[in-house]
Amino acid sequence: MNEIVKHKTIASLKIGESGVVSGFTDELMSLKLLEMGCLPGSKIELDSIAPLGCPICINVSGYRLAIRMEEAATVLID
Amino acid sequence: MPVNTNPKIALIGNPNSGKSSLFNHLTGLNQKIGNFPGVTVDKKTGSCIMVEHVNAEIIDLPGTYSLYPKSQDEQVVFDILTNPKDKNYPDTIVVVVDASNLKRNLLLFTEIKDLGIPIVLAVNMLDIANRQGIEINIERLKAKLGVPVVSINARTGEGIEWLKVATLSTKVKQSEGFFKPTIFAKNVIAEIKDQLHISNAYVALLTAHLYDKMPHLSTDEKNAVKKITKQYDFESRNLQAKETIARYEYINTLIEDVIIQQPDFNIDTMSKKLDSILTHKVWGYVIFFATLFLMFQAIFAWASIPMEWIDLGIGKLNGFLMEVLPAGPLVSLLTEGLIAGLGGVLIFIPQIAILFAFIAILEESGYMARVMFIMDKLMRQFGLNGKSVVPLVSSVACAVPAIMATRNIDNWKERMITIFVTPLISCSARIPVYTVLIALIVPEQYVFGVFNMQGLALMGLYLVGFISAIVTAKIMQLILKSKDRSYFVMELPGYKVPRWKNVGLTIIEKVKTFVFEAGKVIVAISIVLWVLASYGPGDAMVKAENLAQSTAIQQQLTTQQTDKLIASNKLEASYAGTFGKFIEPAIAPLGFDWKIGIALITSFAAREVFIGTMATIYSIGADVENENTIIKRMKAEINPKTGGIMYTPALAMSLLIFYVFAMQCMSTLAVVYRETKSWTWPIAQLVYMTGLAYLSSWLVYQVLSTMY
Repeated sequence: MNEIVKHKTIASLKIGESGVVSGFTDELMSLKLLEMGCLPGSKIELDSIAPLGCPICINVSGYRLAIRMEEAATVLID
Repeated sequence: MPVNTNPKIALIGNPNSGKSSLFNHLTGLNQKIGNFPGVTVDKKTGSCIMVEHVNAEIIDLPGTYSLYPKSQDEQVVFDILTNPKDKNYPDTIVVVVDASNLKRNLLLFTEIKDLGIPIVLAVNMLDIANRQGIEINIERLKAKLGVPVVSINARTGEGIEWLKVATLSTKVKQSEGFFKPTIFAKNVIAEIKDQLHISNAYVALLTAHLYDKMPHLSTDEKNAVKKITKQYDFESRNLQAKETIARYEYINTLIEDVIIQQPDFNIDTMSKKLDSILTHKVWGYVIFFATLFLMFQAIFAWASIPMEWIDLGIGKLNGFLMEVLPAGPLVSLLTEGLIAGLGGVLIFIPQIAILFAFIAILEESGYMARVMFIMDKLMRQFGLNGKSVVPLVSSVACAVPAIMATRNIDNWKERMITIFVTPLISCSARIPVYTVLIALIVPEQYVFGVFNMQGLALMGLYLVGFISAIVTAKIMQLILKSKDRSYFVMELPGYKVPRWKNVGLTIIEKVKTFVFEAGKVIVAISIVLWVLASYGPGDAMVKAENLAQSTAIQQQLTTQQTDKLIASNKLEASYAGTFGKFIEPAIAPLGFDWKIGIALITSFAAREVFIGTMATIYSIGADVENENTIIKRMKAEINPKTGGIMYTPALAMSLLIFYVFAMQCMSTLAVVYRETKSWTWPIAQLVYMTGLAYLSSWLVYQVLSTMY
């Protein structure tokens, strides 16, 4: 995999857009997110954003998960 | 086969999987709430007759997403299940899964299955799954997993008899584990199994990952594991990630086989529609504040009627006992000390019941998760968490249950800040103090014809409390250091109609906890106070009574008036009175005299005791109910030093501010100790709040007394 200057993450999705998880930038955070079903290869759709811009709500593994922007920025997507 | 007539059965599942509903169905009112040793997570156990002669003990373990603990709740589950010597170690486990969210729910199931404990899978909420176009082939799932699988409906109780039968008959079959923990760390597992005498390979793997978090291991054992993991370059985080991914890969192939997903169904359109309103940038907050308003209304207005009944009932009981029992110190201790103290606890039951009814409904329905969602960013500015909303809101009724509600905040720092600032929010016990003092200085007039001045003053005091809580949180955010990072990863469950039985059982559980936990302390303190107020050093009490008698004869008082005078003089001579005089120099800068000093001391047990004490001091006698008389007496009180009225606006304001800030609640301190497992926090809170109260009161008094 090439080192791309700017990675796309969940944090850069717009409402209704989706992406496929390709990796994580934060090991510790990834453990929690993996358990919650954010797996490499799984599709994630940005469902909604809280009124103040954070947290966000994503559709993953058939349910809805709220995470903060900081956490979203650790999940790389294609 | 010998039948275990008293098996231990643990219920385990993700949060929102319907585990508690199942527990309530199995045990009904035969529930006990206890504590797991060393931690403050509630342990819910209950008994259930499985079949004739088999009475199982059911343990409802806290909701958890995986065996790798990330919060206090998850740690409890981990501790029990990885230590076969734990007294709560189950004979059989029932894993409850939400059928509409099977994939994620099965992760925990696969982990638990590897522990080698007999297991049953209870598939709950199939009706909801069906409505979302998900169909699950239970028979095929059973064949694939090799364990009993029962479909249940925890709301209606459907399938529960089958579950009982399956639970009693399930056995561990060897070599059917579908995930092989040994593939990742073969040598480490073998060594740990050997050195620590652990028979199960997965427990050995968990030990390699989490030995530091396993309290049942000895230091030697921990060192041994540490050495082994070093020797074989055991990469904990990497292997954890690999394990989770491997488990999900297995689950994905499994699910393809057993689930048919209708493609044209939208996932929970109902929840989506509700969310577009409830998390809307305007309506979301409007609805949240309307809900809060309704809740306060209920706590303050609706609860006052049953509270009056309890108050009357306790009064009647006391009156009755005083009539039938012979007068004496023991009877007086029973009536004025014990029963009066008990009354002080029982009177809060209606408010606590209403508060928890609201919270249970908001939680059961799924709305609370949305409140946390829209409030998180706001709360974070002050070192708090979206999950701090529930405790802060609850503390308007009482800080004790509010502090207990901080447990689901995962981050240590955010939880401590929430606990620390919660008592600054004005609780219901301050209301009687506020109303009496406001009535002294604020005229009952209307501003713009609609706003009651006294009501506005009351609101102002609440605001002062709220602002101080927020400011304190901000300061603590800057002071407290924490290694833990703050995160917010929370499932937004689908909306559901609350199950009334669950709401009812929550109310019973919370009221019970409050009465027993807070009750113990309040009753103990009221007995001590009674002793201090009833006895004095040497023959001071006798002298005081004699003096009152002679004064009464001189002034030709009625028997009733004489009794009041005696009570008042004796209080002054008692240990409490002596102490009040002793601290007078310290509180004089705030404008307080020794009488207020006594009230400050007695109301340390509970703030509302202030009014009762003032009533006794100003010898109003038993007519405590009629607060107007207290107000009249206090208005008429003359300051012996100035010759003017005692309760000047400066003094009343100073006293009000003192009550806004001061930590005057034994029960809160006791519960903070219980929740933080250390005296550091309650003592820090006591010092901080008392200091804040003292300084603010001093400032208010000094400034106002020069103005008037």
